[in-house]
Amino acid sequence: MMSSFLFRAMDAKAGIFLAILGAAIVLVPAGNLLVPETSPFHVPTYAVTLMGKYLTYALLALAVDLVWGYCGILSLGHAAFFALGGYAMGMYLMRQIGPRGVYGDPVLPDFMVFLNWEHLPWYWYGFDMFWFAALMVLLVPGALAFVFGWFAFRSRVTGVYLSIITQALTYALLLAFFRNDMGFGGNNGLTDFKDILGFDIQADTTRAGLFAASGIALVLCFLICRSITRSKLGKVLVAVRDAESRTRFLGYRVEHYKLFVWTLSAMMAGIAGALYVPQVGIINPGEFAPANSIEVVIWVAVGGRGTLVGAVLGAVLINFAKTWFTAALPDIWLFALGGLFVVVTLFLPKGIIGTLGSGWTALRQRKISARYEAGSDQPPSPAAHSPGAAANISPRAENTASSTSGAAKPQPAE
Amino acid sequence: MSFLKSLFLILGLIFGIFVSPAVAQSEPETLRPLINELAKGKYAETEQQIGALAATGDPAVAPALKALSEGDLFFRKSDGVVFIAEKQGNSYNLKDPLTLEAAGEAGRREVKKIKVNNKLRRVIRSALGSLTLMASDPNVRRLAAVAIFKAKDPEGIEALDVALAAEEDEGVRRVMEQARAAAVLNSDLDETQKLDAVATLSDMGNRDALSLLLSVRASSEGVVRSAASEAITKIEKSIATWDAAQNIWYGVSLGSVLLLAAIGLAITFGVMGVINMAHGEMVMIGAYTTFVVQDVIRTSMPGLFEYSLFIALPLAFLVAGLIGIAIERGVIRWLYGRPLETLLATWGISLILQQAVRSIFGPTNREVGNPDWMSGAFELGQMTITYNRMWIIVFALLVFAGLMLVLKKTPFGLYTRAVTQNRRMAASMGIRTPWIDALTFGLGSGIAGIAGVALSQIDNVSPNLGQGYIIDSFMVVVFGGVGNLWGTLVGAMTLGVVNKFLEPYAGAVLGKIFVLVFIILFIQKRPRGLFALKGRAVEA
Repeated sequence: MMSSFLFRAMDAKAGIFLAILGAAIVLVPAGNLLVPETSPFHVPTYAVTLMGKYLTYALLALAVDLVWGYCGILSLGHAAFFALGGYAMGMYLMRQIGPRGVYGDPVLPDFMVFLNWEHLPWYWYGFDMFWFAALMVLLVPGALAFVFGWFAFRSRVTGVYLSIITQALTYALLLAFFRNDMGFGGNNGLTDFKDILGFDIQADTTRAGLFAASGIALVLCFLICRSITRSKLGKVLVAVRDAESRTRFLGYRVEHYKLFVWTLSAMMAGIAGALYVPQVGIINPGEFAPANSIEVVIWVAVGGRGTLVGAVLGAVLINFAKTWFTAALPDIWLFALGGLFVVVTLFLPKGIIGTLGSGWTALRQRKISARYEAGSDQPPSPAAHSPGAAANISPRAENTASSTSGAAKPQPAE
Repeated sequence: MSFLKSLFLILGLIFGIFVSPAVAQSEPETLRPLINELAKGKYAETEQQIGALAATGDPAVAPALKALSEGDLFFRKSDGVVFIAEKQGNSYNLKDPLTLEAAGEAGRREVKKIKVNNKLRRVIRSALGSLTLMASDPNVRRLAAVAIFKAKDPEGIEALDVALAAEEDEGVRRVMEQARAAAVLNSDLDETQKLDAVATLSDMGNRDALSLLLSVRASSEGVVRSAASEAITKIEKSIATWDAAQNIWYGVSLGSVLLLAAIGLAITFGVMGVINMAHGEMVMIGAYTTFVVQDVIRTSMPGLFEYSLFIALPLAFLVAGLIGIAIERGVIRWLYGRPLETLLATWGISLILQQAVRSIFGPTNREVGNPDWMSGAFELGQMTITYNRMWIIVFALLVFAGLMLVLKKTPFGLYTRAVTQNRRMAASMGIRTPWIDALTFGLGSGIAGIAGVALSQIDNVSPNLGQGYIIDSFMVVVFGGVGNLWGTLVGAMTLGVVNKFLEPYAGAVLGKIFVLVFIILFIQKRPRGLFALKGRAVEA
């Protein structure tokens, strides 16, 4: 049961969140391009790229949160979709190099010349066109997720078993992409990119543009996720998360809902990967490593699963910490990350945003009930806050009535 | 000559200066003129001179002949003395061809190489073969016979006949017979001899015999040809069988490694429904315990090294088991009923343990030695079986049997099974489920620890050791099913054997990918593994 208070709180938070993100999209590139280098407000290019990378991670975390936080599917293989999107973009960037490669072959990328390949493999066709690559960024992870999910959800593979086979999926892809025969550059992956859409990939303007593109993609995906989670569909997803069998008995086709949200999430992860690759300048099979996928889950857990803002916040916070720790105290980083896993699961099961949110809700309820008790004020009309919450009047009344003792308990997450 | 030798020997013994050069030095004076002869004449003469050297039957001429065939034998233009020379810069380092002692240097122009052609090389090879066929060391004799087998030189037949008459070692004798058969087939002897040879090779039955017979079939005709074809089909069949046996052996070997790694995981998963991501690190801790034990033994009591593994086993069980209990009491017990969160928390613990080991022992591989009884190999038919693999299979099965015994025959095992089947009911019956959880977790971790002792013998001991096994262990547990150790056994062995049978066709990596895809598909069919628990407990 979600109280309308929580909804309203999320509304305000989402507004603040989007405002901050919008400001960042405008201010960071401006700080890089327009402010002179001597000024203290100048944003160096490496910082722009770094923040752009965080934004793509945030998008990946958002995708994981959508399936895990709202639908209860713990994916330990989302890095696979991320990397597939990245490879699709990497292939486009490789084709853009053209004759400027080390071997100067107009069509074949360097590693193919090096391996004595005669022709471009069929699956590399079309990647010289951006629209095709962009389509593949969505389609390849989407199709893989669709097929995988169609089988898994129809067979009712759930819980730990599903997590393990998603891990098997990304591990199998890791091994496959390490093979030179696959035609994706093997161990070294794809790198040495020159330009994207005709712009020099090293130029400050391109970097700033990629940052802005990442930000805009994040905002759009956030809005999509938000509209899904707030719709009736989102309520069914939460029901699936909390009591899958019961939802099925009520007549919902659980596997269809799961499949939809799973495929959508994989596509979002693909977009994140595609934006990630031009900013870091390389994609290699290491991105498929199962450890990466697990790390994404912890970003979401720290930020707050089941809260979209939390996923973004967690991703940015932890990656910022990682950047700082690995530079300053490299030995400590794994201790810190491992400790974070333990502490968050033990003491912050709802994550930062979830804990803040429920604390705030409790505070509000206490205030209202105090007023109610004093009888000095009419109970505020919930309809005024959120049109969809009209049905929640009676539960909320119960809530307030029961919390007259003053100690409102936070709602259990599950 | 042998009289002279024994005289010198006795003299040497008497004076207490028994050293082998004392024996060798008796020879050079008689052999040297023969060797110096090599400097004269053309190929035809050289061939005769090689024959003369071989006729002495003295192994001391072997280095000179070998050098000759490799083009390292030179003579000094001024006096015609022969040396083994090694080029260094613009000059040559000279060595005496008999004693192999250094004999000064010579300029590029002062010495001349003694030329050989391919025909002479063949002559030298067989001469060397017959020289060494009579050596006192059976290994040298065997190698010589193998050399003749490879060269298929008909000239070797005579030498082999002589050697066979004198040979007493059964194994060497067989090799010599095979070498003789190879030589016979390559000679122009009559058909009966050749048929015998084909029969010998057919009994030999390995790839060398097969390739030899293939060439015989191509070159000969009549009875020999048909006999060869028959032998070939027979050998091919036996090779196929042995290949399959070898693959099964490798598969069982891999399977037992998987079993060792996964069995502890299966227990904890079965009882608590929790996948312990730090399980691989327990394996690693076991391996590092072995390292520490061996390190202590090396520095303080080297005599115990042979028993180091037996000392390490209980220690590894204790160390890993105690860490496991600490993890359970400290973290996991707060997370019951939330399996996915437990998975994350244990992943965090695994990172901490890895980094801790990296900080203490350093990031590089640590050397863990094999005791003598773990190293080496023996031949079984046409399979090579290494001792360490064999002991690990035995060990894995022992651990499995021991664990079965604990779970089926002890009160602790009874409680554990009760908790696995129905936690609430077990608690109602007075079983202290928290304690069972802790002890079971300790047991699973301890088993992982002793798995680490075994794996330290075949794998690199590094902080990443556990990571390499954790995903495979998951696959085994998920494939085998929960709550049934037989499932783990069958799962591990199946995956091991399937993996090894796929490898020759698909390569190691692709084979593994196939196995992973197979498991993903298998889970669709049986979402709870091969041996699933039935009943209401499943939905819990």
